[in-house]
Amino acid sequence: MNIVTPDLGLIFWQVVIFLIVVLLLRAYAWKPILSSLKERESSIEGALRMADQAKLEMQQLQAGNEKLLAEARMERDRILKEATTMSNQFIEQAKTKATEEGARMIEQAREAIRNEKNAALAEVKNTAAQLSIDIAERILRRELTDQPAQQQLVDSYLKEVKLN
Amino acid sequence: MKRLLFALLCLLSLTARASEPIATTADATESENFNPGEMILHHIGDSHEWHWFSMGETHVTTYLPVIAYRAGSGLSVFSSHELAEGKVHEGLKLEHEHLISTDGAKVYDFSITKNVATLMIASVLMLIVFITVARGYAKRGTAAPRGMQSFFEPLIIFIRDEVAKKSIGPKYERYMPYLLTVFFFIWFSNLLGLLPGGANLTGNIAVTLTLAVITLLITLFSSNKNYWAHIFATPGVPKALLPIMIPVELIGIVVKPFSLMVRLFANITAGHIVTLSFISLIFIFRNIGIAPVSLAFGLFIFFLELLVAILQAYIFTLLTAMYIGGAVEDHHDADYQMGGGDGAAPAKAH
Repeated sequence: MNIVTPDLGLIFWQVVIFLIVVLLLRAYAWKPILSSLKERESSIEGALRMADQAKLEMQQLQAGNEKLLAEARMERDRILKEATTMSNQFIEQAKTKATEEGARMIEQAREAIRNEKNAALAEVKNTAAQLSIDIAERILRRELTDQPAQQQLVDSYLKEVKLN
Repeated sequence: MKRLLFALLCLLSLTARASEPIATTADATESENFNPGEMILHHIGDSHEWHWFSMGETHVTTYLPVIAYRAGSGLSVFSSHELAEGKVHEGLKLEHEHLISTDGAKVYDFSITKNVATLMIASVLMLIVFITVARGYAKRGTAAPRGMQSFFEPLIIFIRDEVAKKSIGPKYERYMPYLLTVFFFIWFSNLLGLLPGGANLTGNIAVTLTLAVITLLITLFSSNKNYWAHIFATPGVPKALLPIMIPVELIGIVVKPFSLMVRLFANITAGHIVTLSFISLIFIFRNIGIAPVSLAFGLFIFFLELLVAILQAYIFTLLTAMYIGGAVEDHHDADYQMGGGDGAAPAKAH
């Protein structure tokens, strides 16, 4: 029954050495190890929480971006529409103006032509009248001398006359 | 998981019991000069010198220091070489590995025996290993662990989360140094005992007795009012039964560490006995043909012992944590299902 009888010496050494080991390990191993583990766990937890927060912020940012984008799109559409309207208006205006201007110019031209025509007619009338008088005068002068010669003269005068 | 481990433990306890008849049959079929019973007991017992191996008549032995105290002649310190082969030195001699005085005086033997030397080796090993690991944490801070650090970290976290937190509850931190030390001490010592030439340290009743007594003292010194109320006025028990219950509970205080002591001692010693018995078969049958069978079984037991080495360390630590948990728990802790991921199974020892 030797193996179930505890040895006093071994108990003594076991108590002494084991307690020294416990104390040394507590001071130089377990405390630093456990505190490092705890620190690491809390840092991981913090990092996870921060990541979650960042994700949330990102989502919010994305939503904001989308809103901004939609707003910008609307603004663009509005500006485009406005521009189209305005350009149409401009074109319309320009067209009207051009038509008016053309009409006015045509009217002016007509007026001028009419005036010119009238003036020309007046001049032709005057010239014809003058010519008639002249011819009449010459005829009257020749009449007085020779009939055939007068006839000849009239013809020659008439030939001279160029109705311009 | 825990239930599975306990089932395994029971199985191993069965092997332990089964091993004893083997040893006695070996005694019965004893051949002229080979006594397996004696050989096995010598191997699992303590000794004053570290005998490595013998080849013919050459013995390779490390002689360890003998430290003895006698009331009359005081302290004597000398090498165990002086006592080899029954020699007498300073009035001391060895009889069956027991140091006795030739004049019949009482001898207090504080020798550095094989087990004490192994104890020192295990302690130094633990100090080197865990201070190195701690230095890794100091160096790398909160970065990922590397090397030895990453090997021991899961074990440390396991002891902290699965053993200490679940069994002790919110006050676990005070007991972590003891729990970790006892776990790794038992494991390292078990493994050292499995090395060729290693001593059977954790299979020595003095060692397990000391560990169990330390657990008992920690339990008693950290016990609170509730613990004693449970013992002297167990809730829900009629007053008339208390004269029976109080002695039962008081015995329970001692039985818990006693079971710790016996479980570790018996498991480790049984493993050694079984392995040695299988090896002894070769010498009993004096037949080389039996060697493969012996080796196969011996190897199987060896691998089983590797498992038992960590299993027994875990069980000792877990039960220690449970006893401490029982002593420090507050009355309302049970309502909080403390320390339980699975609230259905409160990890409590009663």
